[in-house]
Amino acid sequence: MATTQAAPAATPSADDSRRKLSELPWPELASTLGLIALAVIFAIANPGYLSEGNVSAILQAAAILIVLTIGQTFVVATGGIDLSVASTMTLGAIVLGEFYALGWNIWLAALAGLVAATLVGVVNGLVISKGGITDFIVTLGTLSAASGLALIIADGKKTTVIEPSLIKLSVNGIWLFSWAVIIALGLAVIAHVVLFHTRFGVHVLAIGGSAESSRSLGIRVWMVKTGVYVISAALAGVAALLVVARVGAAEPAANTAFLLNSVAAVVLGGVSLFGGRATIAAPVMGAILLTALVNGLTRVGLSEFYQPLTVGVVVVLAAFLTRFNR
Amino acid sequence: MSTLTEAASTSTDEVLTVRNLQKSFGRVQALREASLTLPRGKVTALIGDNGAGKSTLVRCLVGVQPPDAGEVRLNGEPVRFTNPEQGRSAGIETVFQELALVEDLSVAQNLFLGREITRGFGPLKFLDRRKMRKEAHDMVSQLAINVPQVTSRVRRLSGGQRQAVALARAAGWSSSVVILDEPTAALGVQETQRVEQLIRSLREKGMTILLISHNFEQVLRLSDQVVVMRAGRTVARRDTSDTNGQELVALVTGAQQDSDDNEEPDPALLPEPEER
Ligand SMILES: Nc1ncnc2c1ncn2[C@@H]1O[C@H](COP(=O)(O)OP(=O)(O)OP(=O)(O)O)[C@@H](O)[C@H]1O
Ligand SMILES: [Mg+2]
Repeated sequence: MATTQAAPAATPSADDSRRKLSELPWPELASTLGLIALAVIFAIANPGYLSEGNVSAILQAAAILIVLTIGQTFVVATGGIDLSVASTMTLGAIVLGEFYALGWNIWLAALAGLVAATLVGVVNGLVISKGGITDFIVTLGTLSAASGLALIIADGKKTTVIEPSLIKLSVNGIWLFSWAVIIALGLAVIAHVVLFHTRFGVHVLAIGGSAESSRSLGIRVWMVKTGVYVISAALAGVAALLVVARVGAAEPAANTAFLLNSVAAVVLGGVSLFGGRATIAAPVMGAILLTALVNGLTRVGLSEFYQPLTVGVVVVLAAFLTRFNR
Repeated sequence: MSTLTEAASTSTDEVLTVRNLQKSFGRVQALREASLTLPRGKVTALIGDNGAGKSTLVRCLVGVQPPDAGEVRLNGEPVRFTNPEQGRSAGIETVFQELALVEDLSVAQNLFLGREITRGFGPLKFLDRRKMRKEAHDMVSQLAINVPQVTSRVRRLSGGQRQAVALARAAGWSSSVVILDEPTAALGVQETQRVEQLIRSLREKGMTILLISHNFEQVLRLSDQVVVMRAGRTVARRDTSDTNGQELVALVTGAQQDSDDNEEPDPALLPEPEER
């Protein structure tokens, strides 16, 4: 403390590397490391696991979950949760199917689905931020409302959507990546830029860290909160298109697994459920990990009844690990 | 008290005037009758025991909490901030007692929170992170002795370093009023000196300052006038040159009362009625 700005005497020595190691963002790395470990284990158990065909299939199967996970990440980063993502996606798909059945161009129909889904997000966002009602309750309500609406609109029946340009989404692509996967990864890149390189992104993390502090600095907390629910719902609208492309039909199915897995992927991605800390890459890796896990279990011949159990164990384990690293 | 009367007669010399501000939280009357005037370019100290209502007054003033009643005038114009952003854009920066830092954001991100530097145009605006980091470093190194890395999370800083960050944030903008709610509470000797130095230099730049402090010696060193709060009321005002530590203690504890202390607000605290 002798002269003016004397920096604390750093000791660049042996414990420097240890400190470097402990400063690594372990929660954010967990999903990537887990994915690598999983790949090694399954590759040993099943040589075809890492074949181009299977890797491509895993990615293709993960695309929808990736898109939903990105949206969920934004919401969780503010300290909220969106339980309505999967039903919003279903609603979007049904609206798409209805307009397609009316003879609309498929992309216009997809746009209609996107708009319908986004409206759910607007409702979520405004009721939560302006109405001051807990996110959990509000999105639980829209979970039910959106899937109910989907059932009513569809009259409980599925609409077949056979459209060559849509089939190309899942079949064509570049190397391992189908167009659906490329769309999902492209959205992830955009989301990363939004989260880390825009004012909105900083405000998302600031609100998750301390809504009170953010407010007293003049950040419009309600606008940012509404924003993340709108983003989540809009992405569910994109996922609706991917789901219709994959299934070849718009079904009023519940899709609960997508909801659970989107939250699981976010947890695997080391995002704090209290908000304030998040990345995009790690939850996306989490989404791929979950899909790769299910794919691997199937390939080694484990009955599909074991899969939800295994996924559950992995998620709780991941939550436990990231907790210790706080 | 003649100096205040002189100052009050020309409204341009009052940057901020608060009259009869009231605020209750349920049955707790945090502010009963708070009135105060900040003369332009001067340091006004606000003192009072814990729970006297000082921080509540600050929060009502800058738009964090809406007051139940009362009036705030900025440069003679009545204002009613419903959002802290309005207070900030009107040129009032605040160091809140609880600092208002976000633990998981970096020092630089905290310094620029709500004031981020961007480049690009239209909807495509991206953060200029390098510029913010550089400026953040300059801002903090003015204040801190152990300058923290501007990229490190606030969670990792010491109490004093945090306070330096919050202070640098308030002082770093070309604002006209700076409100400091106990800015040296967690600081060591050297840092306290730096903060006092900063307050003096802000004053020299012509900024108007409201300083809340429990340190009466500091108050006597830095301020031009002292306003005393007790149980939600502003009960006395003194020119710093006319008072001393003993008197301040007596006023804060209520051992010494101003003549018309009880129901009426101290007329000295109110600006003279304007003749139009
Ligand atoms: N949000 C709130 N809800 C309920 N009561 C509050 C709230 N904020 C302040 N109070 C009450 O208002 C009164 C004044 O509090 P305030 O924080 O303004 O005091 P202070 O003068 O700043 O004290 P200190 O010197 O300890 O900082 C206290 O009785 C406090 O309990
Ligand atoms: Mg206080």
